[in-house]
Amino acid sequence: MEIVLQNLTKKFPGRGRKNHQEVIAVSDFSFKIPDGMLIGLLGPSGCGKSTTLNLISGLQKPTSGKIFFGADDVTDLQPENRGIGLVFQNYALYPHLTVRQNILFPLENLKGKDKLSKQVMMEKAQEAAKLVQIEELMDRKPGELSGGQQQRVAIARALVKMPRVLLLDEPLSNLDARLRLQTREEIRRIQRETGITTIFVTHDQEEAMSISDMIVVMNAGVVQQIGKPQEVYDNPENLFVAKFLGTPPINVFEGRIEGHKLYIGADAVLDIFAPGKSGEASETDVAPDKRKGPGNGEVYVGVRPEGFSLEETGPLCCVFGGVEVMGRDITVISAHSACQSPKIRAIISADYRKGIERLYSADGFADKSHIRFSLLPEKVFLFDKMTGKRIAFAASMEKGKGN
Amino acid sequence: MENRIDYEKIEKRTETRKKIGNVATYALLLFWAVIVLFPFYWMILTSLKSYGAYNSEYIPKFYTLSPTLQNYVDAFTTVSLGQYLVNTVIFTVVTTALMLVVITLAAFAFARLEFRGKNLLFVLFLSLMMIPNELVIITNFVTITDLNMRNTFQGLILPSVTSVFYIYLLKENFEQIPDSLYYAAKVDGTSDLKYLMKVMIPISKPTLITITILKVIECWNSYVWPRLITDDERYFLVSNGIQEIRENGFGRENIPAMMAAVVVISVPLILLFLIFRRKVMAGVARGGTKG
Amino acid sequence: MGGKKSGHGGAKAWLYLLPALLFLGAFMVYPLFDVFVYSFEEGYHSASQTYFGIGAYNYSYVLHDTYFLQAVKNTLILVVITVPLSTGIALLISVGLSSITPLRNLFQTIYFLPYVTNTLAVGLVFMVLFKKTAYSDGLINLILTWFGGTAVDFIDGPYWAKMFVLCFYTIWVVMPFKILILTSALASVNQQYYNAARVDGTSRFRTFTRITLPMISPMIFYLIITGFIGAFKAYSDVVALFGTNLNAAGMNTIVGYVYDMLYGDSGGYPSYASAAAIILFFIVLTITCVNLIFSKKNIHYT
Repeated sequence: MEIVLQNLTKKFPGRGRKNHQEVIAVSDFSFKIPDGMLIGLLGPSGCGKSTTLNLISGLQKPTSGKIFFGADDVTDLQPENRGIGLVFQNYALYPHLTVRQNILFPLENLKGKDKLSKQVMMEKAQEAAKLVQIEELMDRKPGELSGGQQQRVAIARALVKMPRVLLLDEPLSNLDARLRLQTREEIRRIQRETGITTIFVTHDQEEAMSISDMIVVMNAGVVQQIGKPQEVYDNPENLFVAKFLGTPPINVFEGRIEGHKLYIGADAVLDIFAPGKSGEASETDVAPDKRKGPGNGEVYVGVRPEGFSLEETGPLCCVFGGVEVMGRDITVISAHSACQSPKIRAIISADYRKGIERLYSADGFADKSHIRFSLLPEKVFLFDKMTGKRIAFAASMEKGKGN
Repeated sequence: MENRIDYEKIEKRTETRKKIGNVATYALLLFWAVIVLFPFYWMILTSLKSYGAYNSEYIPKFYTLSPTLQNYVDAFTTVSLGQYLVNTVIFTVVTTALMLVVITLAAFAFARLEFRGKNLLFVLFLSLMMIPNELVIITNFVTITDLNMRNTFQGLILPSVTSVFYIYLLKENFEQIPDSLYYAAKVDGTSDLKYLMKVMIPISKPTLITITILKVIECWNSYVWPRLITDDERYFLVSNGIQEIRENGFGRENIPAMMAAVVVISVPLILLFLIFRRKVMAGVARGGTKG
Repeated sequence: MGGKKSGHGGAKAWLYLLPALLFLGAFMVYPLFDVFVYSFEEGYHSASQTYFGIGAYNYSYVLHDTYFLQAVKNTLILVVITVPLSTGIALLISVGLSSITPLRNLFQTIYFLPYVTNTLAVGLVFMVLFKKTAYSDGLINLILTWFGGTAVDFIDGPYWAKMFVLCFYTIWVVMPFKILILTSALASVNQQYYNAARVDGTSRFRTFTRITLPMISPMIFYLIITGFIGAFKAYSDVVALFGTNLNAAGMNTIVGYVYDMLYGDSGGYPSYASAAAIILFFIVLTITCVNLIFSKKNIHYT
């Protein structure tokens, strides 16, 4: 089922005597969700993602805007008439009913010509249970199940009446780290098998990135960016999106552009061109209205952790802080006065292992010792200091050896 | 297209059902509100009708055009309503005050102090909660009679200055105060009693207020014990007083004056309730019953 | 330090407990044993404080006393009618109350009023409303005749009429507590369950029977137990309606019987009173136990 959200806005009246100001939870949200997709609604807590989900489910009514499921305008429909399945953050399993009774519950609500025979209901429940692999738990009560099992029951209950749309509210937030990994694969699998258009809400960017076909990044009620996870990661439209996606997070520096050179502190790190001029820069990220190329002035420079390459002659000179080896990855920690956070995290590929080893073997590497990086242009983003909007550019590596 | 028409129908049906449900809900709530309020309305109305007017109404009227306060004057002059009220106030205030002292000390000992047999004693205390009043009132009646305390305030008050339930409630509350406060006070050389007065009581004020309100309601309405222990009108509380008024009152069946007395008796608690509405309701939800 | 402190603190603790211990000892513990003693002392005379012997005669007397049997019958009828009815109506009203927002506080305040009124005083109002006198049929009878009924004296008339008023007044009196407890129980049910049910298109009725009721069943059960105990102890509301001479009115209750045996025109028999009180205690105990056993099987506790 294709879902279309049209200029969806939800305002809440201000609470309390002093605060008359209304709260805008969702502002002018427009989006078309293609049939059969798994969509992640992503944002920090309080960004309006749960409200958006409630608007789609019908538990809340939008202040303005429209919602379509396929050709049907469902904006004014009650939730029960929308044909949705909803999995709540705390699962909302009825504690006094067994797993089977919980799964049967939505089916037993059907009336009139939709009414099912006992036999059919049982079969459907069994089918749903099989899909989420909880057949052996059918006679237990929710209180006797682990968090992951409860989650599955909740999904089975949402799926049993074959909803047109499946909505999941923070489906993994109540699970421990290992289970989370496993369950998100599970959600992916179930969604693939059923082909039901699925929207889930999460504040965990890794979760959203890993299983979604598309992600919608929201902040303060406003949609920041919509796209495939990798695209959004590679081409964040603004500073918020860039900061929100990626672990470790992007490193943000205060920088400036002067005469086609990008400076971080005193170091000129990149040669900057207007986008599309240089063959080295990719053009996909460039919005048509930004083709002017960046002028001189102050900017924020965002560098992904994997955008650093360790080079003895690199232009960016940082104070060396240490090395973290986390399994396969090697993270070099350093500091720079222009960096917004006290630590710069750079993930160094295995090729540079030698360089690292040299650092280790050097005598006084720890204190006051400096290391130098050159930056990979496609991992460097410039943002307007006022608006936080991405500034498109093309670049070549300063003093670098090419790609 | 077909689909959409179908939706509208479904939606309309849902809406109508909701509306009907709402109307029915409000009708039910209003109906019960009338049942609750009507006796109050009737007692005020009747208390404002003159004796003559009331008795000439073969068919009772729902209003009066000539309200009079004469009944209230009668209630205070012909019968000793004033005396009953004074007695009840004395009884309520003294009982509640004494009880607060007794239960605070006991709850403090259970919550804060260490002594041998504490747990056993507390269990015994709790088991006393199951003892119904009807079982012990017989001996108490005999005891008070033997002590020659019938028709005295001591006789009225003494048996009701402890409550196991309130000790329990207060002890639970005291125990929520972190130990560190106590040890800090001990380091500063604060005595137990001072700690109780300066720290525990102020912190537990909400619970103490709840207990006070519940006890005041209980005292104001108490009937059985005062009835057993007083037969001298000078010691009657309002409940016995109103019964006395009913049975031997105004010399004749003066219902308007009786209703005036009922209004006077009912007003103090209703005022107390309206002022402390939230506290009273929260308190009753936590630890009240009526029976 | 530690040893000295605990010894000192121990004595002090008993000092703090002393008032409570004294009062409880004198007015609860001692009477508790004493009442059993009384109940087995045959022919006890309160003026001379003498008795003939020890035995179960008092129980046998009470159990054969027609007044007592009448009181038991009255009490049982009262319990059987008012406990389910008041709990049911309170549930209905609480559910209604929880489903509305405007006027909710006002309704809640109104519904609570009977709790803070003097049972004896308001009982008089009910008496006036229901009584049929030579001068007037009274308001309720007036309404009855509007609907084509005939006037009945509810206070001095036929048994069923008196029982009706008593039940009605009892329900009126116990309702505030039940509504209060049930509304707070309803408010504590997680809204998510209702949202889940709504999304699944569960009808109001089914939501109520399958979700709300099981969720608040512990509180309903609590109300039924306290309701039973309370109704078995009915007394002051009966006095309020029918006066102190309940035996003559044929409306006595078990508690009323106990007090009448103890004191008043027919009083002076603490032994009979004790026996009756103990019988009452065991009836209530039995019913509470039955309730508890029943609840173990049927109540859902989270």
